[in-house]
Amino acid sequence: MDTTGDVAAPDGAHCTGCGSLSCIGCTRTLDPPRFCPQCGRRLTVAVTPGGFRARCRDHGALAPT
Amino acid sequence: MSGDTTNSPTPTTVTLSPPRRGEPVRPDIEPSAARARIHAAETALLDDRRLLTGEELTGLAALPDDYVTSLAALAHQVRLSWCGPEVEVEGILSAKTGGCPEDCHFCSQSSQFDTPVKATPFLDADEVLQAAEETKASGATEFCIVLAVRGPDERTMQRILELVPMVQERTGLNVAVSAGLLTDDQARRFGEGGVHRYNHNLETSRSFFPNVVTTHTWEERQETCELVRAHGMELCCGALLGMGETDEQRIELLTQLQDLDPTEVPLNFLNPRPGTPLGGEQPVAAWEAIRWIALFRLGLPGVILRYAGGREVTLRELQSMGMTSGINALIVGNYLTTLGRSADEDLQMLSDLRMPVGALTGVL
Repeated sequence: MDTTGDVAAPDGAHCTGCGSLSCIGCTRTLDPPRFCPQCGRRLTVAVTPGGFRARCRDHGALAPT
Repeated sequence: MSGDTTNSPTPTTVTLSPPRRGEPVRPDIEPSAARARIHAAETALLDDRRLLTGEELTGLAALPDDYVTSLAALAHQVRLSWCGPEVEVEGILSAKTGGCPEDCHFCSQSSQFDTPVKATPFLDADEVLQAAEETKASGATEFCIVLAVRGPDERTMQRILELVPMVQERTGLNVAVSAGLLTDDQARRFGEGGVHRYNHNLETSRSFFPNVVTTHTWEERQETCELVRAHGMELCCGALLGMGETDEQRIELLTQLQDLDPTEVPLNFLNPRPGTPLGGEQPVAAWEAIRWIALFRLGLPGVILRYAGGREVTLRELQSMGMTSGINALIVGNYLTTLGRSADEDLQMLSDLRMPVGALTGVL
């Protein structure tokens, strides 16, 4: 299992690790998303033993990947 | 086919894991002297059944890398002899995330640092119960409700005291709580309210603590730990390795934990978090982590020594080796703000190692 590799944001999306549009990817494999890929706003995230829930104020819930 | 079966050596491309900041250079010593130190520890722990002194632990910590497997093998025997073969499995939940006023330099939930973690209020009872059900489904016997607070205010106390019996009744799990510093009266109420185990980590030694926390003291943490025991709860008091502390300070912490005599010691390895003062640190090297897992077992032979945060990042493929180096408990699933590997992977690892998991033995 890759536990340290950075995950690149898709073209045109905000990085879910830092919210930046220009970031080439700083989200680690074992980090849940922290920023909305659509608007870069900070997400409300609840990490539970079996998963996580992430929600943007404007764009709603993100599906766990 | 030529019939030439000679295997020519393949040039290696493996780069050896370099020492991390603060990792000491350990000079070679005479093999007979190294074996004597290990043998003396074996006699003390398995025959005399006494705790090792700080001086003895220092001698073991100074052994070169080639002796880590010997330390691990002894630690595993000590674990079996003092604790038995069972492994305890636990799930944890951050029931109130972020916004903490304290400045623990390793923590992404401090309001004093600009981290990606957004503060969220106390989860609803239904969300906590759902998380407890997830934990139960993973085969765990323990569920810990964790809150990012300096200490619980009255409203938080009441919420926790409502949740603990609800979780117990719904799932049958033992319920642990981690809610920061406690007063004597709060500890009494938690003890009377059915909290099975209370987590409050020392994190590091008294001498190193001011380097990583300035908003409260090591002594305040120690006092809460003593209150937990005084009010009949099991004490869960953990460590976090990899913040820049020296070997001597790790031994100091071990002897301080010996004095506190906790039931459980969760062993965390720093997973550097963006935005925190320790965000630029490197994780502890995997082989060094195995050394210190073994040393924690040798220093604390009778405790529940639990794999906690950072193991995936620190140990990678050596996680199963930690289980045969003194670990006898683990947090399965996710952590407070980061994800872990799946509970199924951990349960498969335990099955492969033929380690029974309490109530899960039948499942394995």
